[in-house]
Amino acid sequence: MRFVDEYRNEAGAQKFVQAIRRVATRPWTIMEICGGQTHTLIKSGIDELLPPEITLVHGPGCPVCVTPLELIDRAIAIARRPEVIFTSFGDMLRVPGSGTDLLSVKAQGGDVRMVYSPLDAVKLAQKFPERQVVFFAVGFETTAPGNAMAVWQARQLGLTNFSILCSHVLVPPAMEAILGSSGNRVQGFLAAGHVCTVMGYWEYEPIAEKYRVPIVVTGFEPLDLLQGIYMTLQALEEGRWGVENQYSRSVKREGNVSAQQLVQKVFQVCDRQWRGIGPIPQSGYGLRPEFAAFDAALRFNVAGLTAQESPLCIAGAILQGLKKPHECSAFGTLCTPEHPLGAPMVSSEGACAAYYQYARARGKVSG
Amino acid sequence: MNLNPTPDFSAGLQCPIPISDYPNVLLAHGGGGRLTQMLIERMFLPSFANPALEMLHDGAVLEVNGTRLAFSTDSFVVSPLFFPGGDIGSLAVHGTVNDLAMCGARPLSLATGFILEEGLPMEDLWRVVRSMQQAARAVGVPIVTGDTKVVDRGKGDGVFINTTGIGIIPEGIFVSPRRARAGDLVLINGAIAGHGIAIMSVREGLEFETELASDSAPLHDLVARVLDVAGEQVHVLRDPTRGGLASSLNEIAAQAGVGIRLEEARIPIGDEVRGACEILGLDPLYVANEGKCLVIVAREAAEAALSALRAHPLGAEAAIIGEVVSEHPGQVFLRSRIGGLRVVDMLSGEQLPRIC
Repeated sequence: MRFVDEYRNEAGAQKFVQAIRRVATRPWTIMEICGGQTHTLIKSGIDELLPPEITLVHGPGCPVCVTPLELIDRAIAIARRPEVIFTSFGDMLRVPGSGTDLLSVKAQGGDVRMVYSPLDAVKLAQKFPERQVVFFAVGFETTAPGNAMAVWQARQLGLTNFSILCSHVLVPPAMEAILGSSGNRVQGFLAAGHVCTVMGYWEYEPIAEKYRVPIVVTGFEPLDLLQGIYMTLQALEEGRWGVENQYSRSVKREGNVSAQQLVQKVFQVCDRQWRGIGPIPQSGYGLRPEFAAFDAALRFNVAGLTAQESPLCIAGAILQGLKKPHECSAFGTLCTPEHPLGAPMVSSEGACAAYYQYARARGKVSG
Repeated sequence: MNLNPTPDFSAGLQCPIPISDYPNVLLAHGGGGRLTQMLIERMFLPSFANPALEMLHDGAVLEVNGTRLAFSTDSFVVSPLFFPGGDIGSLAVHGTVNDLAMCGARPLSLATGFILEEGLPMEDLWRVVRSMQQAARAVGVPIVTGDTKVVDRGKGDGVFINTTGIGIIPEGIFVSPRRARAGDLVLINGAIAGHGIAIMSVREGLEFETELASDSAPLHDLVARVLDVAGEQVHVLRDPTRGGLASSLNEIAAQAGVGIRLEEARIPIGDEVRGACEILGLDPLYVANEGKCLVIVAREAAEAALSALRAHPLGAEAAIIGEVVSEHPGQVFLRSRIGGLRVVDMLSGEQLPRIC
């Protein structure tokens, strides 16, 4: 299959693995930002092919994982209302709030529907004018243009029965939070190729400069990741820092400017709570005041709902790369994909779920 | 994993799945993954305990006056009723015919039950019935008895169909998931994940430029050809329907107490299906098939079995995709296209498309 097989062949992978072995002379810790990358690493067994000098830590780039608990509770409160059709991407539905999850709300009679695009939710609002259609707008910069377009279209169409529950987060402030924390051990980053497809990578340049770290914009196929790791290692070994672009077939320095302009029209940067990490200033998108009519939290008056995390869950340390999933006392015992205590065990992109599903039998877990 | 837990009824007969965990049935309880398995292991098996059931085969094998009968049932709740490559009627015939075939049986006859929703267009019912008639005629298995119920509007999804079938297992054929043993090879008759992706492509909100057709097909004739050449060397037959290849192989590994090792690059999959899975973030190993058959066969008979599969119209793309090993009993491993090794676990619920 074109555009896939080129990046998944054994000969190419071996070439990079050999090159990585040659270039790595001492231990290095590299973080891949995006949960999609974590999955490729583990699903294709890259973590097993790398030499022991290299430690990969899994970053906070899974939108499902970092969406705060109280937002899930707000979603659940809205989804329970009889007039509401609550729409979401598939993997948000199984994330536990403090009491239940959206799939269980559906089983109890709530009208919860999985959609593949926020624009499908707008279509639902047109089709069911007597119902309130709410879309759960989570994600990083990658999903922001689509969500902005949904709100934009709803306004163009004059829809009064469409709104979004918004919890957008941004990558650069999270990277700064990790680099600025006292326990940080990350020495280089694989930046998320899809985020950079939208945003470009110019905003990573000051971070690379300030913290003197190499940042390599990296794609999602096995060979992309191996090449991204190789490029990061080369920079580390040579004492270089700065931003490099491995994913040049998709990413330009300036990104997708028209998508960025649409995002700017609908959203503004705001402070945001991250599940497991806490508040990070200026780390998210919220609706601009002129689009407040499309804010589900205001429309259904759930902005006041707050919630407490499970004290056993170390999601924060995992999302910051301070710990690995199997270092958690609840991993594979009290916390499993059937009974997740924290979000990284829920999403197929979550680091804990990835470890549980693909790495369990390799002696990393007893469960 | 213990497949035959001893039920603990010391506290009286109570729901063995803690209410606190699942006060309601979720869709995932029917998804073919871990939650389905939990229902079967904790609720159905201990309640209905008997030796035929405990074999956990695609159908029960019953001995009557020296003849071994295969007996199987399946219910069909697919939405939409009509999809590219088939419809609920032909699917209901193929599904049970295939379950019988996976016991090594020649299908004899089918029974069917219809649950119809008030308001269903008669035209739709007629299309479904005609499709069943054609499918049953094509496989040469008559529908010999049936039942009809109608439920209030809103309490069904148009048509639900149950089919139950019996078949005769020829002498010298001993197919059972427990017969998989180290050294056996794992074969499949063609490209995976076709049915699940076809259904998803016609559900609300998904538009692909290419039409993806379900692989729904009756497998009894294909199975008969393989049994003709490999006989009792055929150890396991399984149609990887919901839950896909991964769930079926996990079940077999657990039941036989063996490990299974797959080669990702050898597993046949169509480009369109693979592309759709990439877009949606789904793993095709977990996507449903309705015309696929896993054949686990003694190594020395594998080439003959493969030739027999490939000689059949439903097996042109047949391939040897892996082997049974003595290491890691109960687990399925896969060697990825780039040469890494990973576990292929059972899913806990249904696969959910990823955010980005």
